[in-house]
Amino acid sequence: MADLPGLLPDLLNAFKETFLMLGVSTGFAVAFGVPLGFFLFITQRRLFWENRAANLIGNFLINLIRSVPFVILLVLLLPLTQLLLKTTIGPQAASVPLSVAAIAFYARLVQGSLCEVDPGVIEAAQAFGAPPFMIIRGVLFREALPGLLRGLTVTIISLVGYSAMAGIVGGGGIGDLAIRFGYYRYQTGVMVVTVIALVILVQVIQVLGDYLARRADIKAK
Amino acid sequence: MLELKAISVAFPSAGGAEAGIQAVRDASLTVQRGEVFGIVGSSGAGKSTLLRCINLLERPRSGQVLLGGTDLTLLPPRELRLERQRIGMIFQHFNLMHTRTVWDNAAFALKVAGRSRAEIRRRVPEILALVGLSDKAKAYPDQLSGGQKQRVGIARALANHPDLLLCDEPTSALDLETSASILGLLKEINQKLGLTIVIISHEMAVIKAVCDRVAVMDNGRIVEQGAVYDIFARPGHPFTRELVERTFNLDLPERHLNAINGTLLKILFLGDKAETPVLFEAAWRHGVAVNILHGKIEYIGDRAIGLLVVSLTGAAAQVGEAVAFIRANTERVEVLHG
Repeated sequence: MADLPGLLPDLLNAFKETFLMLGVSTGFAVAFGVPLGFFLFITQRRLFWENRAANLIGNFLINLIRSVPFVILLVLLLPLTQLLLKTTIGPQAASVPLSVAAIAFYARLVQGSLCEVDPGVIEAAQAFGAPPFMIIRGVLFREALPGLLRGLTVTIISLVGYSAMAGIVGGGGIGDLAIRFGYYRYQTGVMVVTVIALVILVQVIQVLGDYLARRADIKAK
Repeated sequence: MLELKAISVAFPSAGGAEAGIQAVRDASLTVQRGEVFGIVGSSGAGKSTLLRCINLLERPRSGQVLLGGTDLTLLPPRELRLERQRIGMIFQHFNLMHTRTVWDNAAFALKVAGRSRAEIRRRVPEILALVGLSDKAKAYPDQLSGGQKQRVGIARALANHPDLLLCDEPTSALDLETSASILGLLKEINQKLGLTIVIISHEMAVIKAVCDRVAVMDNGRIVEQGAVYDIFARPGHPFTRELVERTFNLDLPERHLNAINGTLLKILFLGDKAETPVLFEAAWRHGVAVNILHGKIEYIGDRAIGLLVVSLTGAAAQVGEAVAFIRANTERVEVLHG
C-alpha cells in the first residue's frame, strides 16, 4: 500500500481544486443555464415570445456543445480559455470548458422542468392579466423550482465526473489524482481512497439536493 | 355588457396544411350585465374555445369581442392585460399553483393588479370567507378536496372585483353533491354581488341550475339561444331537442312499448297549465281511463315544465275526444302509439 498519510496534503489540495472547478462551473450553470433554459421554453411555446428562429438557434447551440465529448470540448475550447485567462493550465483554466458544458447541460434540464409545469397554471396567470415577467418569476420559476433543484443536483454530479478529465489541462482535482497516482503509478491504495472520496462527495451532493428539492416541493409533504 | 360578434376560430390541422379545423364558426352573442349566461354543447362543439375568446386566451381569426364597448381584439398587450384584470376566470381543473398556499393563490390576482400589501391583507380574508375557506388559508392546494380547490379558484377569480366571471366547465371534475354546492355558490355570488357570469358546460342540468339565458353550440356554431326556460320548453334545433330530452330522461322500459293497450301520449305542459288537472278532467269528461307511466315536472326559476307519458284506454271515439281535449289544453301532445 502506498504512503496514505503522506497522501493527505495531495488529497486536500485535490479537494480544493475540485471544489473550485465545481463552484465556478455550477455558478455559471445557474447564472446562464437558467436564463437559457427559460429562453428555450418561452420561445418554443405559444406563450408570449414564441420565436421559431431563436428557438432553433438556441437548441442547435446546446446540442452542439452536448454532442462533443467532454475530453474533446476541453481541448477545443483551449483558445477561448487562453483568451479569457491568458493561460490554459490549472483548475481555473479547466473551469472554462466545464462551465460551457455545465451551462448547456443545465439549460436542457431547466427547459425540461419548465415543460413539466401545468400549462393550466400558466394559462390562469395569463387569464388574470399577469405580465410576462411576473409569469416567469412568480409562476414558472416557483412551480418548477423543485425540478430546477433536482436538475442542478444531476448537473453538479455530472460535473464531478467531467472534472476528472481536467487533468488533461493540468486542472487537478480528485479524479485527476486518482488517474495520476492510482493509474499511472499503479498505487491502487490511492485509487481506492480517491474513489471513496468521490463516492462520499457525490452522496453528499445528492442528499443535499434531494433535501432542498423536497423542501421546495410542497406537494410531496 | 359583453358582445361577441361573428367570432370564428380555426386551428391549424395536424398536417400543418391550409385547411385547419374550424373550431368556432361565426358565433355571435350578447351577455347582459348581471345575468348568468350559459353556453352548452357536447365536447368538441367549440364552447371552450369560444369562452377563451372572451379574454383572448384564444385569438379569433375574425370577429370582435366587445366588453363595455371596447373591442378587446384591437388592444395592445399592455391594455389587454389591464382588461383581463377585470375578468375573473375559473377552470375545470382549477389551475391553482401547487407550490403556493390557499392564501397566496387567492392573492394572485391582487398582486397582478398591483394592489398594496395592506389591501391584499384586508381583501384575502374577506374573499376566503365568502367562499367558506377561512380556515384553510395556510393549506396547499394538494391538501384540499376538489370542491375546496374550486372554491380557491373562485376566490382567486373574485379577489380583484371583476366585472365578469368566466367559468370553463367549473363542475365537470367534481362529484354531483360538490357540483351542486359550487353552482349554488356561483348563483349566490351572482345575486349578492350582481356579477355577470358566463358559464360553459356539457350538462343541461348545470345550465338549468344557474343560468338565465343559454346559447346552444353544435359543431362550432351557435344553433340556438334564448332564455333557459324557453329553450327547455320549446327547443327549436334538433340538437337542442336531443339535449333537453336527455335531461328529462323519459325512456320507458321495453315491456311498456311492446305491450301497450290503448293510446300512448307524451304530453308537455308549460307554466300554469302544468299545475291544472287537465288529465283528471279528460278522464272525467270523456270517460276514459288515464294511466300515468312516466313523468317529470321541472321548475326553472319558478316556472314549471311538465312532461308526462300516459296511456288512455276506452272506446275509440272517446279516446279520440280525450286526446283532442288534452291537446287543446296543453303545450304539445305527441302520440307515441295507437
